[in-house]
Amino acid sequence: MSILDIKAMSVAFGGLKAVDGVDLHVDEGEIVSVIGPNGAGKTTFFNCITGLVEPDDGEVLFQGENIVGLDPHQVTEIGIGRTFQNVRLFPNMTILENVMVAQHCRTKQGVWGALLQTKRFRDEEAEIRERAIDVLSFFGTRLSGYRHDQPAYVLSYANRRRLEIARAMATQPTLLMLDEPTAGMNPRETKELTGLIGKLRDEWGYAILMIEHDMQVVGRVSDRVAVLDHGVKIAEGLYKDVSNDPYVIEAYLGRPPEDAA
Amino acid sequence: MTVDWRKARNWGFYAGASLVFIAAIGMVEAFDRRPLITPGVSLGLASLLWVPPLFAFIATRRQQLEGFETGKAGVSEVGAGALVGLLSGSMLWLFTALVDATFQTDFNIRDIFPKLGPAMVRLLTFEQGLGTGALIIVLGTVVLGALGAGLHLLPGPLRSGVVQGILWVFAIALTQAIVDDIFDNDTTEFIANALYAPGNGLKIPAAIVIFIVAGGLAWWAATRDTPSIRERLNRMDPADQRRTTMIALVITVVVFAVLPRFLGGILNELLANVGLFILMALGLNIVIGLAGILDLGYVAFFAVGAYGTAVLTSPGSPAFSPELPWWLALPVVILMATAAGLLVGTPVIRMRGDYLAIVTLGFGEIVRLLFLSDWLSANFGGSQGIRQIPGIEWFTGEIRGVDPDRIFYMVAIFVLVAIYVSWRLQYSRVGRAWMAMREDETVAEAMGINTVTAKLLAFIIGAILASFGGAIFAAKVGSVFPNSFELLVSIIILVVVIVGGMGNIPGVMLGAVLLIGVLGGPTQPGLLQEFQEFKLLIYGVLLVVVMLVKPEGLLPSRHRSRELHHEEMSQDAWLTAGVGAQEEEAVAAT
Amino acid sequence: MTATAEKTTSNGARSRLSTNWVDGFLMLIRVAAVLVIATGLVAFVYQSVTGTGGLTGPAFRDLLVAGLAQGAMYGLLALGYSMVYGVLGFINFAHGEVFMSGAVVSFFIANALFNAGWWTDAFLLSLAIVLFSAMLVSTVVAVLIERIAYRPLRSAPRLIPLITSIGVSFFLQNAFFGLFGPAVKNYPPAPAWLTARRSFLGFQIEGTKALVIVVAAVSSVALYFFITRTRTGKAMRAVAEDKEIAALMGINVDRTIVTTFAVGGAMAGVAGLAWAILFRGVSFITGFIPGIKAFTAAVVGGIGNLGGAIGGGVFLGLAESVAPLVVLEPLGVVGVSQLKDAVAFSVLVLVLVFRPQGLFGERLSAEDRV
Repeated sequence: MSILDIKAMSVAFGGLKAVDGVDLHVDEGEIVSVIGPNGAGKTTFFNCITGLVEPDDGEVLFQGENIVGLDPHQVTEIGIGRTFQNVRLFPNMTILENVMVAQHCRTKQGVWGALLQTKRFRDEEAEIRERAIDVLSFFGTRLSGYRHDQPAYVLSYANRRRLEIARAMATQPTLLMLDEPTAGMNPRETKELTGLIGKLRDEWGYAILMIEHDMQVVGRVSDRVAVLDHGVKIAEGLYKDVSNDPYVIEAYLGRPPEDAA
Repeated sequence: MTVDWRKARNWGFYAGASLVFIAAIGMVEAFDRRPLITPGVSLGLASLLWVPPLFAFIATRRQQLEGFETGKAGVSEVGAGALVGLLSGSMLWLFTALVDATFQTDFNIRDIFPKLGPAMVRLLTFEQGLGTGALIIVLGTVVLGALGAGLHLLPGPLRSGVVQGILWVFAIALTQAIVDDIFDNDTTEFIANALYAPGNGLKIPAAIVIFIVAGGLAWWAATRDTPSIRERLNRMDPADQRRTTMIALVITVVVFAVLPRFLGGILNELLANVGLFILMALGLNIVIGLAGILDLGYVAFFAVGAYGTAVLTSPGSPAFSPELPWWLALPVVILMATAAGLLVGTPVIRMRGDYLAIVTLGFGEIVRLLFLSDWLSANFGGSQGIRQIPGIEWFTGEIRGVDPDRIFYMVAIFVLVAIYVSWRLQYSRVGRAWMAMREDETVAEAMGINTVTAKLLAFIIGAILASFGGAIFAAKVGSVFPNSFELLVSIIILVVVIVGGMGNIPGVMLGAVLLIGVLGGPTQPGLLQEFQEFKLLIYGVLLVVVMLVKPEGLLPSRHRSRELHHEEMSQDAWLTAGVGAQEEEAVAAT
Repeated sequence: MTATAEKTTSNGARSRLSTNWVDGFLMLIRVAAVLVIATGLVAFVYQSVTGTGGLTGPAFRDLLVAGLAQGAMYGLLALGYSMVYGVLGFINFAHGEVFMSGAVVSFFIANALFNAGWWTDAFLLSLAIVLFSAMLVSTVVAVLIERIAYRPLRSAPRLIPLITSIGVSFFLQNAFFGLFGPAVKNYPPAPAWLTARRSFLGFQIEGTKALVIVVAAVSSVALYFFITRTRTGKAMRAVAEDKEIAALMGINVDRTIVTTFAVGGAMAGVAGLAWAILFRGVSFITGFIPGIKAFTAAVVGGIGNLGGAIGGGVFLGLAESVAPLVVLEPLGVVGVSQLKDAVAFSVLVLVLVFRPQGLFGERLSAEDRV
């Protein structure tokens, strides 16, 4: 059954149709990639799903319920976690805090708990911390150990991307949306992350919707690929089918991947 | 490597402009009657003395580039420093000569600049006439400039020893009244007598002793290369860290518990004022330091607290006067502050940060104008305010403004509450949500944080802490007037938070102690009552300088320390790709 | 970059569960504001018709003219806020002090001219000299604060320059207090032929107010041509749109920003003269309240939108001149003239609650729109 089912989504900025009548669905345990040239409306498409931009038209059904019009934090709460194309961490919070804060909507303790230091509060804090450490350990030693208490701004670009994924994981999503997870990584790092994306599905059980420019990554992990161009979905299917589609080649694959990235 | 002479020239002009400005606003003349070191140095002279060495020091400072040898400072530095001094001294002399020249004409310069007169000219020329005066001024500034630049020649520890020695001499000279007050009994009186010539500033031998002792200590500490307290704390494991913090806290509490017994009325009054501002600054710190909301109308909540208390407790309240005791009024005041926080917070919740700042400022002014207006004077007394506010009931009787030591204890209790609240919230789910919102609101929202409630919560808690300040203020002063709640109050609390270090509890407290304690609050005098007239000017300069030089404040919070200078990627993947290849391979294999 | 845009308006889809009550509260404010204004207006009309209160026709027209003149002054000042916001994306809180500095320093020129007899003999020439000096002083102050205080903060988070500008404003106020003393300085009175009332389209207009309106109109037209027709003006618009791209196109960004401050300062100088003509008295605190109101005007007109700044100024001037008597007094509020400033601030709050983008829409640079 599909977790996410988008029906005829459209959004326009001024006269520009950024997303134009796109249908897309993601099934449980599936990895779906959205590809397309720069400016094809991919990120806007993501923003529409997560409530940062309200679509002008169409439905977003998440587990059968229409989530259009929800605030972004509510979208996160019902189980959609995401990362950002232009890495947006909380730079002056520690790495651990970055992941801890993402569990906000899964926890409840408020002002009184903190002030009275109730047992529930302390238990919950311990739990938040534990889960944060657990999520960070997904990336091996890169974000663990002494790194926990370092501010996020000291991280390298690749590690920032990893921390963003960890943060999205900490929101305990059922659907994980990754916006260009390998952008700016070198080939080896890209390869490693590709493996991790597979693990995210196999071990953590997320369905994954991702925007990606690197065709090798897309080809290796995607169950299905959708192609956007000028806000319109021009193709959808298996990677090998899509990559041979003449329209797609014209719109996108005609250029070497280095240029597109 | 040579000195940047253009830079020296520019800083010479800056120094000259500063000297002329200090003279033209009348600081030199106003402070002349206050001797610091006798004979010779008055506060008026001192207000000029610091400029050439400091500017020369800055002008000759080498840019520190990591990984590059900066080279040793040499004679050319001293020359550049002297140039700074020469330029600044010449400008000051030229200014003096110009002012003097106007006295020969029938044009009265006092019509434009009321502070400029023959007295100032006499002072600036040391009563030696323009010719000899020029020699003294220029020679003096050249020497001072050269000395300032010469500091670069000294090894680091010695330099800090010299600087701190000088600072301590001036600090002790400035605080004569207080030190006198502290040692004002038969057994310890001799200390004060040894230090000061009565009413005449520090004696020269005493000044030398202080310089040697304080400077020596600083030098000794610097050579030992001891890590800072914070570094040492950070190295401890969490349990030790907590214990040390607790011990420090207990000691502080004990010190402050017994301190008022030894201090005179003036100092206790001062402490109470400082405490009041610590209380409000901690509240604003939650709003701006943690949640990142620039609230410029913070005084409105202070006003709500004060007027709420006044209406509820005072028999002199014009319309509604239940004459509640203070402690019963407090919960109602808290409710009022909560309502005010919601009322101000809700309309601005979705505004951009800078719009929000101005709108909250508008709210602050609206509140004051309403309290002031004839329209509501039937309820709040208009410009007459509300008087006859009773004190705070305590087991030993009523606490009022006339016994400042007890007011101080009262304030201290609420400061402790504020510290506790700030500290607990900062390291909780709520505090993390605030910080995330401060860092990036959109992303915080996308990570599941309801920014609307988080913002309102920050507004409300800030408002409640400010209303505590207002409630104590009302009982302390015994009356409230709209004029006590001007925008000035908001700005001064903002300066306290920013100078101290946004987002850091000890920083904010340090800011309040230094600024309110030394310079004074909007209406409250500080330690240096002489500065009263120039207080606000100094606040303005401080705010600008801190923002330009050290935006994270004197005592920055743990992570913000490098925030505003950052954008460094210490180990970017592309750079380490070759070196760390094996390590990364190993990680990937796991 | 198509990243996170501001939330677009609702299309009637599902409600936002938890933030519903915030919208409700805002709606409540809107409704309450409309109700209060409507009730006040109705009461005003009723009282005017029955003769139990309200205003006579000439008195009302006087209010309009006074509001228009003052609004023209706010508009000139608002231009400075709007231009700096458009280019640098921050509120130059010290702009009110830029205006004050021109007005205060020029007082001494005006006074000297008065003592020399020029003020009475050759009033227009004197006025031109004073106008020039006010523009010069304000321009110099504006350029200096940009150079010293704002330039090092170009890349800092946006609240940092705002806080700095508060410090600058505080400093300038108190520096002028220290230098020139606390006394209010009264400009010499305008000659009788100027202060006389003349009738114009059924309005009885004081010459001074007409002069202010004309001066404001001429300077804004001049500014319009400067921005749209000259190379520098085009460079300013390019920098406002995107600093980096403008730099790549060979525009000297630093110099363009200085020009922006200089032009804003010059307009503040004109506003300083307008203030002197209208109210005569100036002192070190003269800049504060008009500064905030002019900022309000800039927001009302849509920040970054220069035509809007003038329009917003006129709107605010009219609102604060008319609203206390037409809306508040009929509701039985006493001492309405004391609430003039409160009305202006309320306009700011209401405009941002009703239309955060201002009445005429804002024009922001690329990075601010995100």
